[in-house]
Amino acid sequence: MSTIGKIHSVESFGSVDGPGVRYIFFLQGCRMRCRYCHNPETWSLTKAEFEMTPKEAFEKAYRYKNYWKKGGGITVSGGEALLQIDFVRELFTIAKEHGVHTTLDTAGNPFTREEPFFSKFNELLKVTDLFLLDIKEMDEKKHKDLTGWTNKNILDLANYLSDQGKDMWIRYVLVPGYTDDAKDMENLYHFIKELKTIKRVEVLPYHTLGVFKYESLGIEYSLLDVMPPDKDMIQRANQILHTEDYI
Amino acid sequence: MLTSEAWEGFEGRLWKEEINVRDFIQKNYEPYDGDESFLAAPTEATNKLWGKLQELQKQERENGGVLDMETKVVSGLTAYGPGYIDESMKDLEQIVGLQTDKPLKRAFMPYGGIKMAEQACQNYGYEPDPELHKIFTEYHKTHNQGVFDAYTPEMKKARHAHIITGLPDTYGRGRIVGDYRRVALYGIDTLMAFKKHDFDNCGSGTMTDDVIRQREEITEQYRALAGMKAMAEAYGYDISKPATNAKEAVQWVYFGYLAAVKTQNGAAMSVGRVATFLDIYIQRDLKAGKITEDEAQELIDHLVMKFRMVKFARITSYNELFSGDPTWVTCDLAGTGIDGRHMVTKTDYRFLHTLENMGPSPEPNLTVLYSSSLPESFKKYAAKISVDTSSIQYENDDLMKVYWGDDYAICCCVSATQTGKEMQFFGARANLAKCLLYAINGGVDAKSREQVAPAYKPITSEYLDYDEVIAKFDVMMDWLADLYVNTLNLIQYMHDKYYYEAAEMALIDTDVRRTFATGIAGFSHVVDSLSAIKYAKVKTVRDETGFVEDYVTEGEFPKYGNDDDRADEIAVWLLRTFMDKIKKRHTYRNSEPTTSILTITSNVVYGKFTGNMPDGRRAGTPLAPGANPSYGAEQNGLLASLNSLTKLPYGCALDGISNTQTMNPDALGHNEEERVDNLVHVLDGYFDQGAHHLNVNVFGKDKLIDAMEHPEKPEYANFTIRVSGYAVKFINLTKEQQMDVISRTFHEHM
Repeated sequence: MSTIGKIHSVESFGSVDGPGVRYIFFLQGCRMRCRYCHNPETWSLTKAEFEMTPKEAFEKAYRYKNYWKKGGGITVSGGEALLQIDFVRELFTIAKEHGVHTTLDTAGNPFTREEPFFSKFNELLKVTDLFLLDIKEMDEKKHKDLTGWTNKNILDLANYLSDQGKDMWIRYVLVPGYTDDAKDMENLYHFIKELKTIKRVEVLPYHTLGVFKYESLGIEYSLLDVMPPDKDMIQRANQILHTEDYI
Repeated sequence: MLTSEAWEGFEGRLWKEEINVRDFIQKNYEPYDGDESFLAAPTEATNKLWGKLQELQKQERENGGVLDMETKVVSGLTAYGPGYIDESMKDLEQIVGLQTDKPLKRAFMPYGGIKMAEQACQNYGYEPDPELHKIFTEYHKTHNQGVFDAYTPEMKKARHAHIITGLPDTYGRGRIVGDYRRVALYGIDTLMAFKKHDFDNCGSGTMTDDVIRQREEITEQYRALAGMKAMAEAYGYDISKPATNAKEAVQWVYFGYLAAVKTQNGAAMSVGRVATFLDIYIQRDLKAGKITEDEAQELIDHLVMKFRMVKFARITSYNELFSGDPTWVTCDLAGTGIDGRHMVTKTDYRFLHTLENMGPSPEPNLTVLYSSSLPESFKKYAAKISVDTSSIQYENDDLMKVYWGDDYAICCCVSATQTGKEMQFFGARANLAKCLLYAINGGVDAKSREQVAPAYKPITSEYLDYDEVIAKFDVMMDWLADLYVNTLNLIQYMHDKYYYEAAEMALIDTDVRRTFATGIAGFSHVVDSLSAIKYAKVKTVRDETGFVEDYVTEGEFPKYGNDDDRADEIAVWLLRTFMDKIKKRHTYRNSEPTTSILTITSNVVYGKFTGNMPDGRRAGTPLAPGANPSYGAEQNGLLASLNSLTKLPYGCALDGISNTQTMNPDALGHNEEERVDNLVHVLDGYFDQGAHHLNVNVFGKDKLIDAMEHPEKPEYANFTIRVSGYAVKFINLTKEQQMDVISRTFHEHM
């Protein structure tokens, strides 16, 4: 018996999604509907470009072990990786048996302390070295408007990872007119300042490279008028979030 | 045993008994494990001279690519008196010597072919002296005439159809690296004495063809050595004796090289492996307090400045084949010794540092002989220079050392050669993509519709059957290999006869090893086409005559460049099969046959003459360069692409397997430190798996597009990019080639 992973695509050379050189699995499926999402083709929970078992996936990635000196390894991203928690846990378990560094890139939306998810998540924690956690917005109302979902469980996940001593990188997508409110960013800073395991905080400037995908998928794109932030806006966000403190 | 006061403080004995620079290096060099912090900024003299040279380069560009040309004097060792970058600043030039009497002025070199030499002038508005025409047509034969006197009709046809092309039949074949270090270590007189000894011991007295030829060649070499002395004298130097200090060592080595580029106009005129050698002299002077680090760096900066000035007169259409006016002044750094010590010295750093002191530059073609066992600090410095300038390439020392020892040099873009012990017969490349199409269409060319290859039975079925295609392709490759090797045999024979490289061969052992370099173009397209035929369904589209002019491929198929064994095994099969066919043939002077997967920028021209292919490639579009996967084939990112390359056995392609990759800086890491680290990890992983070569570019597509649209912007004057096996200034590429570079895969995952 084995779990089957639904995979949208892979990248053999990831260098910004975790430490060192990384093999990245982009899993299929996400329930959030972030307005600026640049990979809307990964939303669907049913379609999948590839299906493979955790063992097959590991073997595919492990061909690149020669490039993983000093901290490189495997990153699972999405879509939303936590929607396929069984697959990720099994993949990471094999990876850890081979001494490979594991990173999970998540927006936290499926996280809950309810069963059966919570026990599975605690198992996953044991085999995950680093979490890349997207926090989309601190203001609950704005978060709902931006993503269609609450942020309460996401912030809860951040607290939980901190309590469990799990290393985290926090990522924040800067969208002019949506997530560039100074007060909200200050609130975010106060929130993450209290977390004990933050290794890096990153501001990801909104870009428009994924817009064409909406057209081809026949989905309306609601941010057509929004331009990417300029240098000053990015610098300001970095200052408010004190990203320098974490490097 | 030889003795000289110039060798004071040098260790070792063997190199004094015989000409053996390798032994000298191994006994005397000091591996350097530190970082780049010792490096010195450019001196005032360097800034002044480089400023002047940049002005001249700008004028050259504004003049349409040529600053000045010789129209009266035939190039030779002593054809000119001394020349300087700027007469009024000549005292600032630490290292002197120009190819002609003026900087960037291109010499007249008719021995490869008078027509080409004349056309090169005329293309740029210069009119060569009619007397020269008379001399080289009526009184003296050239290499080109010799070749065409002997070509068969079949050879001419294949050449015309571009199934074999880029052949060195109208200019120098190049790729011979003299051991220029010998001039510095031994001085010319000793080298002449050794050649005299060889001459006296050549043959047993029976005058066979081989002995006669060798005796004549040694005499030519001997004469060239005397010519080098006279050439140096014009600059006020006596190189008959060994160099006594660092400055002389650099100067003597350069004179040796200058002799080569005054007498030959080969496509590739490489310098070889001089950094570790020169470091021994620099270290000795530094320790004795005779020079400072500033002065040491100045010597290397000035030497490199000279390498940046090497030029040849070329016809404009040559630019389509080898774009951007390249000369392949390849200069090798680092590497490791047989005894396990790395060969990184401070001078290896100094050479890389020239790219900081004088900005990025395509020449010299700086090549790091890479091993994951090199010191981390050096690997990081090289990677940093790559990230900042995209001007260097990497080749796998662990791999090449097994075949060529620890004193080999790169004699062109990526091909290894044992320094001072070996010469190479350069033979361009055969277009295997076209060969596959010939196999399907019974030897009829898709572009001209002429019968170029033998009229073997074409494929008549609607859908291509893998086994049938392979069987026909195999026979067609046999035909091609046979014709190709024979054509090269003829060319090399004539080149030896009419355009012998006396100056370079004078600095190589008389008992020389010869390799016979063939090459493959269209590699990835053949692999993917065969994969399509094997794993998908390929339907032929025929014109009214039944000629297959296009293909419709139904279904998915694995492509080379994705670390997918199904496609990559076809790649290995193709390389091995072609090499086997080359090996079967007789090669000129019993040379050792090799092959390469290396196209330079000729992939664009080759593509123009190649029809539609089963992998979906359209007629006339560029082939993928070198051993690169095809455009758009790479679906799994950079490392998957690299892994496919690591599967190609170097033993089957000893002339080199070229791979060019471009990474967006943002996709390489968050900051410079991460980018450098990640690039080192990529290089380690790639070469530890046995890959041969990697050209590394680090920039985004936006920059290329902007440079294409605004070449006048000052920041693009020296914007250098790596293409297959060499580097060019991007703005010097033809528009077509600029578009080709832009359309290639960029690894910039978001």
